[in-house]
Amino acid sequence: MAQEYKKVGGQCGDCSTCGKCEKILSQTTQPQTTQPHKTEEEPIKMEQDNSTKLYTFLIYSENIAGLLSQISAVFTRRQINIESLNVCASSTPGVHKYTLTSFCTQEMAIMLTKQIEKKIDVLKANYFTDDQIFINETCLLKISTPTMLANAQICSIVRQYSARIVEVNSTYATIEKTGITSDILGLFDALNSIPECVLQFVRSGRIAITKSRIEHLDEYLAEREVRRKEEATRR
Amino acid sequence: MAEKITGAEALMRALEHEGVTTLFGYPGGAIMPTYDALYDHKQTLNHVLVRHEQGAVHAAQGYARVSGEVGCAIVTSGPGATNTITGVADAMIDSTPIVVICGQVGVAMLGTDAFQEVDVVGVTQPVSKWSYQIRRAEDVAWAVSRAFFIAKNGRPGPVVLDFAKNAQTGMVDYEPANIDFIRSYDPYPKINQEAINHAAQMINNSVKPFALIGQGVELGNACNEVKAFLEKAQIPFGTTFLGLSALPSDHPLNMGILGMHGNLGPNVMTNQCDLLIAIGMRFDDRVTGNLATYAKQAKIIHFDIDAAEFNKNVKVDIAIHANCKESVPAVAALIDETQHDSWISSFKPYAEKEYSKVISHAIHPTEGALLMGEVVNKITEATHNQAIMVTDVGQNQLFACRYFKFSQPRSVVTSGGMGTMGFGLPAAIGATYGAPNRTVCMFCGDGGLQMTIQELGTIMEHGAPVKIILLNNNYLGNVRQWQEMFFNHRYSFTPMSNPNYELIAKGYNIPARTVVDRADLNDAIAEMLSTDGPFLLQCAIKEEDNVFPMTPPGANVDEMLLS
Repeated sequence: MAQEYKKVGGQCGDCSTCGKCEKILSQTTQPQTTQPHKTEEEPIKMEQDNSTKLYTFLIYSENIAGLLSQISAVFTRRQINIESLNVCASSTPGVHKYTLTSFCTQEMAIMLTKQIEKKIDVLKANYFTDDQIFINETCLLKISTPTMLANAQICSIVRQYSARIVEVNSTYATIEKTGITSDILGLFDALNSIPECVLQFVRSGRIAITKSRIEHLDEYLAEREVRRKEEATRR
Repeated sequence: MAEKITGAEALMRALEHEGVTTLFGYPGGAIMPTYDALYDHKQTLNHVLVRHEQGAVHAAQGYARVSGEVGCAIVTSGPGATNTITGVADAMIDSTPIVVICGQVGVAMLGTDAFQEVDVVGVTQPVSKWSYQIRRAEDVAWAVSRAFFIAKNGRPGPVVLDFAKNAQTGMVDYEPANIDFIRSYDPYPKINQEAINHAAQMINNSVKPFALIGQGVELGNACNEVKAFLEKAQIPFGTTFLGLSALPSDHPLNMGILGMHGNLGPNVMTNQCDLLIAIGMRFDDRVTGNLATYAKQAKIIHFDIDAAEFNKNVKVDIAIHANCKESVPAVAALIDETQHDSWISSFKPYAEKEYSKVISHAIHPTEGALLMGEVVNKITEATHNQAIMVTDVGQNQLFACRYFKFSQPRSVVTSGGMGTMGFGLPAAIGATYGAPNRTVCMFCGDGGLQMTIQELGTIMEHGAPVKIILLNNNYLGNVRQWQEMFFNHRYSFTPMSNPNYELIAKGYNIPARTVVDRADLNDAIAEMLSTDGPFLLQCAIKEEDNVFPMTPPGANVDEMLLS
């Protein structure tokens, strides 16, 4: 919940140093006893703004060094945490895709998107809620083989979550699971409730594609190509 | 076949290709190959040696503001580069087109904590429009062309080029580059006709329209277009500080200055109009005051070239995303020729009230020590409202902006968004190069002058004809005013002991005069203006004078204090 109280504290809307924020901050800050991944599952307790939710930002840029820090600076400037981040080449040659998630209000998501798109080498930035995109992520679990052999339920959990055992040796087994966040966390919780079972757990950042029938990047690139030709003929 | 030259020489040719004639700079280790190349280009590239790198950037800003061209600064790596950052950030927030070229250690030494190495791109990215490291001589032509394209097109801003030493010394087949299209950056978005129609309809339906004019009008070279638009529908307007000279001060529709220390009428009427038309301005908090009560009764149309400005601070009804040089005439073509006489005359009582309660005393005092307002007023009169006004930051800036008058565009050089003390003197030097045929009057306080006072050396060496008007009140006046008003008169570290400025000026061979008595003021101003070259006019200002009217921080825009 790190970014929630910061949001209340840093952006109360009255001023930047009203003193009131400190009060809110001390009231809302809870010692983080829960595991970090619970963040997404818990209802978000916002005293001032209950429309804060997890937004997924899909950003396309030219392949130029330093873009990632420019994009992340838009978030850090406001002390907004980036929950997950994935960067890779896109299907369009020379274009990089960033998939980034963050808790914020829609108003903030709009502002962040505009300020990201303002960066010279960013082609397109959009924000989405979970219902507008197909989401996927991957996790890897390393579990203890002796514990697995002693607990029959472990194999049934793995089957129940459609996870895959990738490797087994006398010390540990490696399990892979691809799916939506809640399934992955469900698998982890189920295995982690068994004593001395999970040795390591790692999740990838979220990747996402839009459900829209319009490919905004393609449209944008086509538009720009037309514009480029127009400008060239004008000369 | 192009001839092989060094990257440094390629930089010189690329700068010449971009039409650069003036550079402000300071040499150092990592930029030495470039300075060596510059030695052979002294005929075409006039290099002004400043006394501190911050001065180079502010001078480039002053140059750019008054000329409309891209200002150019050139410095070394490490501390040279970090000294430019205040100026780069200032240019970013005030949309000033400049290109800053910094030396950098060779690529092989990057990341080794080499002597005078600093991550310039990393440090400047958040405060510049574009920041790029030139790592090979082959990239010089492309990078310079792209830098100038980005700096001056769309919403202008600062570009930083980090020029690695091996790229300066490496050999290249130079051919000039002409970047005029960037796929990921559309500086001139196409007009949305639907928004234009809608805006025109809103204006035609408005009974009490009010326009807010910002620097974007000047930056878009749209002064005539905006003037024609406002005159067609007889729309009264107010201006921001940076937009002060976009339209003549004495225009009958000009209702004055917006914001915290602006005029009473335009601020009060912001909350009474039925339509607010913002052109090339960004609703800064110093203009809006409390956003919760700002123009809530009005529909709002916002013309801007930067999409990120829409709905950032103030929610608008129509956003017109284009260069106002095109979008404003498009709207103007669709609006009716109308009169708003009674609406316009409703500003009058506020202007009269402000005049009688504030202005008449500020510019025509009869007794007591000199006041900033009267000095500014006398100088604007003596220059027939034709001069360029450069200001530092603080009370000097507020009084200068309030009482200096303008008759032509690109006459205001002030640090608006950043409020950079120390900006004035170097920016004024730059302005004398950007507009060599105009008088440049620089107003500063005793605080700000000392922040970049070393630039008196630049003035001495190059004879830059800056008329320095030092409004000396022995205080950091604006902070003192806030301490008086909001901190219970606790003058925490705002009184200042001052040096003998006349002696300092003498040391730099700059003629100077101090005025204490009101009776000497006219004569001293006449002497300053008739002296060829630079002049320092020190005015002994009343120590504890306040700038009014004032909207207290966080108060509603129409709640201005008159005393």
